[in-house]
Amino acid sequence: MHFFKLILRNAFRHKLRMALTLLGLVVAILAFGLLSTVVDAWYAGVEGASTARVITRNANSMVFPMPLTYAQKIRQVDGVRSVAASNWFGGIYKEPKNFFPQFAVDVAYLDMFPEFVINDAEKKAFLRDRQGAVVGRKLAERYGFKLGDTIVLKGTIYPGDWEFVVRAIFDGKDAKTDLSQFMFHWEYLNETMKRTAPRRANQVGLYIIELSNPSLAATISREIDAEFKNSQAETLTETEKAFQLGFVSMIEAVVVAIRVVSFLVIFIILAVMVNTMTMTARERASEYATLKALGFGPRFIATLIFGESLLIACIGGTIGIALTFPCAYVLGKVFGTIFRTFNVSATTVAMQVACVLLVGIVSAFFPSLSAARVKIVDGLRSIG
Amino acid sequence: MKIPLTYSLRNLRTRKLTTALTAGGMALVVFVFAAVLMLDEGLRKTLIDTGSADNVIVIRKGSGSEVLSGVERAKAAIVEGQSQVAMGPSGVGLLSKEMVVLITLVKRDTIKPANVVIRGVSAMGIPLRPQVKIVEGRLFRPGSSEIIAGRAVASRFEGAGLGETVRFSGRDWTIVGVFDAEKSGFDSEMWGDVDQLMSAFRRPVYSSVIFKLNDSEQFDAFKQAIDDDPRLMLEVKRERQFYADQSAALSMFIRVLGLFLSIIFSIGAVIGAMITMYAAVASRTAEIGTLRALGFRRTSVLVAFLLESLFLSFLGGLVGLGLASFMQLFTVSTMNLQSWSELAFSFTLNASIITKSLLFSLAMGFVGGFLPALRAARLGIVDALRAA
Repeated sequence: MHFFKLILRNAFRHKLRMALTLLGLVVAILAFGLLSTVVDAWYAGVEGASTARVITRNANSMVFPMPLTYAQKIRQVDGVRSVAASNWFGGIYKEPKNFFPQFAVDVAYLDMFPEFVINDAEKKAFLRDRQGAVVGRKLAERYGFKLGDTIVLKGTIYPGDWEFVVRAIFDGKDAKTDLSQFMFHWEYLNETMKRTAPRRANQVGLYIIELSNPSLAATISREIDAEFKNSQAETLTETEKAFQLGFVSMIEAVVVAIRVVSFLVIFIILAVMVNTMTMTARERASEYATLKALGFGPRFIATLIFGESLLIACIGGTIGIALTFPCAYVLGKVFGTIFRTFNVSATTVAMQVACVLLVGIVSAFFPSLSAARVKIVDGLRSIG
Repeated sequence: MKIPLTYSLRNLRTRKLTTALTAGGMALVVFVFAAVLMLDEGLRKTLIDTGSADNVIVIRKGSGSEVLSGVERAKAAIVEGQSQVAMGPSGVGLLSKEMVVLITLVKRDTIKPANVVIRGVSAMGIPLRPQVKIVEGRLFRPGSSEIIAGRAVASRFEGAGLGETVRFSGRDWTIVGVFDAEKSGFDSEMWGDVDQLMSAFRRPVYSSVIFKLNDSEQFDAFKQAIDDDPRLMLEVKRERQFYADQSAALSMFIRVLGLFLSIIFSIGAVIGAMITMYAAVASRTAEIGTLRALGFRRTSVLVAFLLESLFLSFLGGLVGLGLASFMQLFTVSTMNLQSWSELAFSFTLNASIITKSLLFSLAMGFVGGFLPALRAARLGIVDALRAA
């Protein structure tokens, strides 16, 4: 008991220094936590991917479409439960910075995603209205979309002003579902294209395929691609997870950079903590010498220093970890629809705890080593 | 009377470990700060250097990038017929109708996919870009399944090197040449014959029309002529402006992220400096008392300690800049958010970045060292001498 009291009292001797070190720790742990959360958010799409779905795209790249006639052939492949077309719309809502993902989808699409929780009545209303739109709760809250509102999107890939009516708002089954999506009828897009640019009608961007047996994903993917080899538009079929990973890997350089930087932050605070503990130990050289003269062993001295370092690190770390959650919440609101989810994961917290302990232990290492070894006479003689 | 500079410098030398640690923390912060600025500069240089001052690019209105744009043959012909288009040596206009699409290629070392730009160019495609030169192999033959690859693509992507083949649209395409575009955006592209590529991808429309102005002043007249015709629905930009706009989103992202990181890091470094300086003042209380008793004024003491902090941070800044300059050896390859295509660019160091980084480190030293220096200056002579 005295032991702990000794550590506590020692730590708070220099209030200003303690306060500054704690501030540094809090900022560093907080920054580390937020940066890790940003990296996690990028991979969120991969995490939320289902194993029961595969995605077929044009083998050249997603920029190229596939004919509508493919749908029938894909449906005939063994193990395919249903097929839905999906075209990336890429329209602008009022200003380019109001970005959110917009898809023109087949009616079968919604049933393929059990993660979308939609009210039955709203779903029926959407199915009945050709110009209807289904929007995610997060998107609706951000721009104030309500049921029955008319939304106008300016098309970039499909030029012109497009009008939609909000017929349904969906929630997610779990925290990973992307609630910033905007979906409308593929038929509406196609019919309009038939009128205005017939050459571009009956073209599908992606085929989303639901499998009856997820373990046969690889076989079915190969079969589908073989079906369309040497045709007008060769395809590449892959699991939804692989598809999402492909996206992330394109900006991988940025993600890796952010990871590296988040560890740099820990290095900086490590330098600060080591500095603090070194200075503290040096100033107290005569005290440690006195303790030794009284009969306390070198291990006691070392434990004192370790204890103080860990105590400061733990206090700073706890505050930092606690602050990560509200800050992540605020950042999530600021980023809005750029990241589909912005949640602090258990892994992030675990890494933060590990960093705190690492900083606490490493900064005490050399000071405690030299303090424990100091000769009583030299210690009593030093002026600090 | 001023306290000599050597006082501040020597004090730094006495506590070597502390100086090293504090300066080390500062160095890391300045490293990140400088690296971000260098990355942004590299990006800008790459993209803006892609455009020539006298070239004009025409795309469909509202499409934002060439990949999303479609210019019908008839409209392209109208642009070709305008009087502002410069004439080449053989009487043909210095104009290229081009088609730009993305194909997915696999990277060499990581086998991860990425979108690469394939540009179908007309005969005038290369003359219009003076920075583009074929360094290996030869130009593709019009009418054949041959393409040339930019340096960055040839080295990074599987099958894109000289003599290798890439498969898309049901055909095998041979890379017969590698071109160097002086580190501009074209280094990340593959070029082929526009007619061959258009038929391979089954695209009957061009993506853009690029030409050289007869006279740079005639840009406004040309823009007026195109804007006045309501059927055309085309957007006209100077090439440099177009590419500057293409990099806007990515550049902003890098700068915001960098600023955010720098602020956070600098807090850590400033705190480190503060702790060090407070400790320095505390351990030298008797010294300060002696200096004041000798007749040095309060301001001199303040300045002396402030200078110590500034020297510390300047040292950290130099080390950080030194480390950052090594980053110039690396090339970054990432997806440009606006054009969805892979772009390779490197870190570029220039005088402005060096100045900004050093000023940043001095600022950190000033903020960290001010309050401790103030405390040192405010010490009462008698109390200070008694504290020894």
